[in-house]
Amino acid sequence: MPSLTDFILQGSPVKQYRPGLCGIVDQTGWIAAADALADGHWTLLGLWGEASAAHMALLEEPTATVGIVRLETLENSYPSVARHHPPALRLERAIHDLVGLEPQDLPDPRPWLDHGRWGLRAPLGHRSNAPLKSTAYEFLPTEGQGLHQIPVGPVHAGIIEPGHFRFTASGETVVRLEERLGYVHKGVEALMAGADLGRAVHIAGRTSGDSTVAYAFAFSRATESALELEVPPRAIWLRALMAELERLANHLGDIGAICNDAAFSLMHAHCGILREHVLRAAHIAFGHRMMRDKVVPGGVTTDLSDEAALTLRTLVPEIRQRFPSLVELYDNTASLQDRTVGTGVLRPALARQYGAGGYVGRASGRSFDARRTLCYPPYDRLHFEVPVLSEGDVNARIWIRIREVEQSLSLVEQILEQLPDGPVLTDVPDIRGQGDGLALIEGFRGDILVWLRLAGDGRIDRCHLRDPSWFQWPLLEAVIEANIVADFPLCNKSFNCSYSGHDL
Amino acid sequence: MALVLLLAPLLTGFVRKIKARLLRRQGPPLIQPYRDLLRLLRKEVVLAENASWLFRITPYLVFAVIWVAASLIPTFATGLVFSWTADLIAIVALLGSARFFLALAGMDAGTSFGGIGSSREVMIATLAEPAMLLTIFTLALVAGSTQLSTIAAVMISSHVGLRVSLGMALIALIMVAIAENARIPVDNPATHLELTMVHEAMVLEYSGRHLAMIEFAAYLKLLLYISLIACIFLPWQLALPGTGAPAYILGVVAYLAKLVIGAVLLALFETASAKMRVFRVPEFLGAALMLGMLATLLLFVSRSL
Repeated sequence: MPSLTDFILQGSPVKQYRPGLCGIVDQTGWIAAADALADGHWTLLGLWGEASAAHMALLEEPTATVGIVRLETLENSYPSVARHHPPALRLERAIHDLVGLEPQDLPDPRPWLDHGRWGLRAPLGHRSNAPLKSTAYEFLPTEGQGLHQIPVGPVHAGIIEPGHFRFTASGETVVRLEERLGYVHKGVEALMAGADLGRAVHIAGRTSGDSTVAYAFAFSRATESALELEVPPRAIWLRALMAELERLANHLGDIGAICNDAAFSLMHAHCGILREHVLRAAHIAFGHRMMRDKVVPGGVTTDLSDEAALTLRTLVPEIRQRFPSLVELYDNTASLQDRTVGTGVLRPALARQYGAGGYVGRASGRSFDARRTLCYPPYDRLHFEVPVLSEGDVNARIWIRIREVEQSLSLVEQILEQLPDGPVLTDVPDIRGQGDGLALIEGFRGDILVWLRLAGDGRIDRCHLRDPSWFQWPLLEAVIEANIVADFPLCNKSFNCSYSGHDL
Repeated sequence: MALVLLLAPLLTGFVRKIKARLLRRQGPPLIQPYRDLLRLLRKEVVLAENASWLFRITPYLVFAVIWVAASLIPTFATGLVFSWTADLIAIVALLGSARFFLALAGMDAGTSFGGIGSSREVMIATLAEPAMLLTIFTLALVAGSTQLSTIAAVMISSHVGLRVSLGMALIALIMVAIAENARIPVDNPATHLELTMVHEAMVLEYSGRHLAMIEFAAYLKLLLYISLIACIFLPWQLALPGTGAPAYILGVVAYLAKLVIGAVLLALFETASAKMRVFRVPEFLGAALMLGMLATLLLFVSRSL
């Protein structure tokens, strides 16, 4: 098997991105790439389509190479990747719904995002006004004695996002779980097409509300890679500061929320207080609790004043002081440990096959972290560890979060110490001709991939955003098998996949 | 009888308040459960199309049965109007039949959550009821009667003293009470997660005045168990029949104090532990059953234990 770089260089023409390469392949090359994925040489990062082209983003982990292979001049169909490599299945179903390209020999041709309620078909490809006939969605069959189905959702009892879960259970034991998503499809990619950069970065920041910084960061870096734009150093560091604050707030919230799903509300209350401290500090520092719309192509919109830096400096020791006692409380509560240890085990082989990012992958032995592996600035100049566990249960996913909270605290401290002076925003120059760009950014859930192509007039021609949840949702189905129905909320919360980012 | 009706929602409100304060939250006001009941009574009832008559009468039946059971327990005085008609076994039977109807109603509408709830509830009940009965046997062996008033009178008298068997019975009864009232760690009364519910899943289809009746019955049940434990194991200051008004007033004050203590302990315990797996519940209740059984056996071995 050739290395990813060599493989892409065989095709022509080749374009060099800052984080990787892009090459055009023919159908044989495409299938060869799918086979290499199935053999585990590479990891699938993303798969998306255009009216007559299909793209596949690949990662070669040992050499930290990211590459895109592109299949052009397609009529109506292309060779299916999912036939060789199952993680691509939902992505290909989504391509079919959004673009209208037919994957040949797709093992599961049911629609995915399109529920027949858009009033049109293939909004990103050759639009047609005849909507999908809304026939009943057929769930995968289960056979056996004494099995019963439990439909849950799409509207849930709590204030959470919508998604349908179809359980087949034998008594209390789950035999099969099937997810059905797509209820919060907002048409993000269609809105992006034709938008100028200012509007597009706002849309990107609204793809998944809890990762708004990570999405805006990824989008901005993709734009900068397309325009070959240099960002002022201070802006680079401020972006990382915001990304770490976002990670901190989300991880703290998650640790509490997982415990709350085991009816241990004490942890939830205390973690909620810490999360609130982070959000308030972010509000003082950047003028928005979630730091939305603060990262833009060319830099950041808000500079950090000295008083605000002081607020953040006092935040770190405060959390450092209070967090360990919460960790101890978690570790010493036998009734809680009884729920989390050994529940919802994700096998390392599956995590590797699906390229699961974030805490889901790292709790199952996959050490990939875009900050470390791809070393995008300023993380090349920061010291941090990437915690990895191999148990793969709910407990391991909590511990990864706990360790990452500690790492993020140290990162915030380092960033504040090394923060250079200078401007925080450069003007985006007038755009000369077409160009495409790619970025991979570590959000709190995992790696967010953004690929975009600029049209000549400075507008977005096509932009694809791939949430880490695309490769985590299918694993949740695998994890819950043979667990009991009542443990599903716990497993689900420990994954905490994004509905909005996935449904786009 | 009216007293328990008035007090029951207050007790639940108090437990909720303590729990909220323990989590450093403000918490809902103490009278919130009354407001909830009033709100539910005003709302219209939404019935499933395929709900049968059983589904409609169950709330009233459950409420009535639990109310009767609650009023059979001496709260602050032992001379109850009904105490000659019913004893502890009757109370267990009343609670059991209430649960039986509720489980039937849970399955009546044919939704999967109702079915899950009913199956879980009955699984818990099959262990909780024998444990409760064994506890009662222990008490009956000590007191020579299953009449609550008699048991309380025997307990007050000085010649009972500290006994191993009674300690075991107390622990068993508390465990049963936690399970029966759907409290943490067996069930979570405040959860929104459909898949983990036990009692809540069973009554998920109820609305309006039907739900009000079921909620009220749940409040009464909590009061019933705390009163029961207080009456048997903390019988001090219970007013005996024929004593004067000061004894009664003292009895009322002592009763309220016992309720407060019970509520605070419950809230503390609930805050400090997580919910257990559904399949751990039989082990938990099995322990209660064993304790009840051991207590009875000990009494057979030696009357003084």
